[in-house]
Amino acid sequence: MNRFDYLRPASVAEAISAGRKPGSAYLAAGTNLLDLMKGGVARPALLIDITRLPGLDGIEVLPNGGMRVGALVRNSDLAYHPVFSKRHPAVAEALLSGASAQLRNAATVAGNLLQRTRCAYFYDTASACNKREPGAGCDARDGENHLHAVLGWSPECIATHPSDFCVPLVALDASVEIEGPTGSRVVPLDSFHRLPGSEPQLETVLSPGELVVALHLPASAAGYAAHSRYLKVRERTSYAFAVVSAAASLRLEGGVVSEARLALGGVALKPWRARAAEQVLAGRACDEAAFAEAAEVALADAKPSGDNAFKIELARRILVRALGLAAAGTPDRMPALPGSVFAQPEGLALHA
Amino acid sequence: MNSTLSFTLNGMRREVAIDDPRITLLDLLRERLDLTGTKKGCDRGQCGACTVLLNGRRVNACLTLALSCDDAEVLTIEGLSEGDHLHPVQAAFIEHDGFQCGFCTPGQIMSAVGLIQEGQAGDDPERVREGMSGNLCRCGAYAGITAAVLEAQAQLHRQTQGEAA
Repeated sequence: MNRFDYLRPASVAEAISAGRKPGSAYLAAGTNLLDLMKGGVARPALLIDITRLPGLDGIEVLPNGGMRVGALVRNSDLAYHPVFSKRHPAVAEALLSGASAQLRNAATVAGNLLQRTRCAYFYDTASACNKREPGAGCDARDGENHLHAVLGWSPECIATHPSDFCVPLVALDASVEIEGPTGSRVVPLDSFHRLPGSEPQLETVLSPGELVVALHLPASAAGYAAHSRYLKVRERTSYAFAVVSAAASLRLEGGVVSEARLALGGVALKPWRARAAEQVLAGRACDEAAFAEAAEVALADAKPSGDNAFKIELARRILVRALGLAAAGTPDRMPALPGSVFAQPEGLALHA
Repeated sequence: MNSTLSFTLNGMRREVAIDDPRITLLDLLRERLDLTGTKKGCDRGQCGACTVLLNGRRVNACLTLALSCDDAEVLTIEGLSEGDHLHPVQAAFIEHDGFQCGFCTPGQIMSAVGLIQEGQAGDDPERVREGMSGNLCRCGAYAGITAAVLEAQAQLHRQTQGEAA
């Protein structure tokens, strides 16, 4: 780890003022940043510890019916929050399907949005990576790439965004509240992360010094609470990133889909909203044929970036299955294995 | 750079000079304060051997900067028993063979204490296994660990009910 200076600002304004300087980085829980620093991947000159900033840890229902979640709310506190988890069960399920209990107790809302890709070539400083070192090349292209992107990738970068949390959030039209040197702004989550293009080092729309202060969910997002699921394929049962995941939220009227909200995870460098597939489902009966057609449309533009053509068919199947689970209804109690494709009926164990 | 870290460690108020901001809570415990019960396995948040309770919640000490623990309460495996009287989770790990080599055990026990306090798993072994998935055991003592967590939790609940009655 490189040497760095450590600053604990007393106000958001003080944090932003320090955060504008080149080489500075905001530190919340540090569960991703410290890992990157230990590997020499991130080498900030100044760490700005924002964990003591006032007013960034609230979970509130706004007068307009939407919810505002402070940037420093810990993942587990949000997932178990009685109001939030009832209104947004797929978001709670996605949170609880991610990482481990220890990490969820530390990791923050904003940190989850801003976590870096887990591409092994990004983490290995001996490998070429355009994201870590612009212009260096991409060793993932001819490397171990069965987990890499199938949507929105570029010849310069085939990495994926690893978040579970962001997948149902982007489906439900979440937005990000940002404070910066020139004031505050709100950006839809769908526009917050960038696709790699020719500049994969630019990961979000944040400018130097800008600080995520809150996450917003619109009032309409709670209208899907009765039929919302998150489903995730992992290479082991728990404590692993998604190979592919899907968030499916439905509003049903008499067995007919009035509105659908769909997104995929693990397929691109951002959480992937599937708007055209949502349109396919609107007004359709809730059946396998409609789900399969929606899945075809959702993956219509997908193409393998390496040894990962299987992810396209896997994503279709996971989306169909997530839609089936969402149509069946949000379970009263969080499943024992949140988001798991191996989840058993309540009370039965997967393991003897 | 010199800073003073002031925090409560295993019930005792401590003031420690921090001469390097890179020191993690794990290294502070092991290398500066000689509390080597908390183990360094992967040092990257993947194995759970460094699990401690920070303000009552289980976290990975290897991914926590020491300086960020100013004013915090930290509980490590050394602070769990009352003298020679083992904590119910410790006793249950012995009773149920919840370990073989023992390297992951302090982290497993602290994680189990955190899981029981969180109160989300109930008496469902599947939920206990899921809730303990951040602690790897290369000896594969998982069956004993799950049994130990369930028994310790039942005993702690009985104690709580007894105190309330």
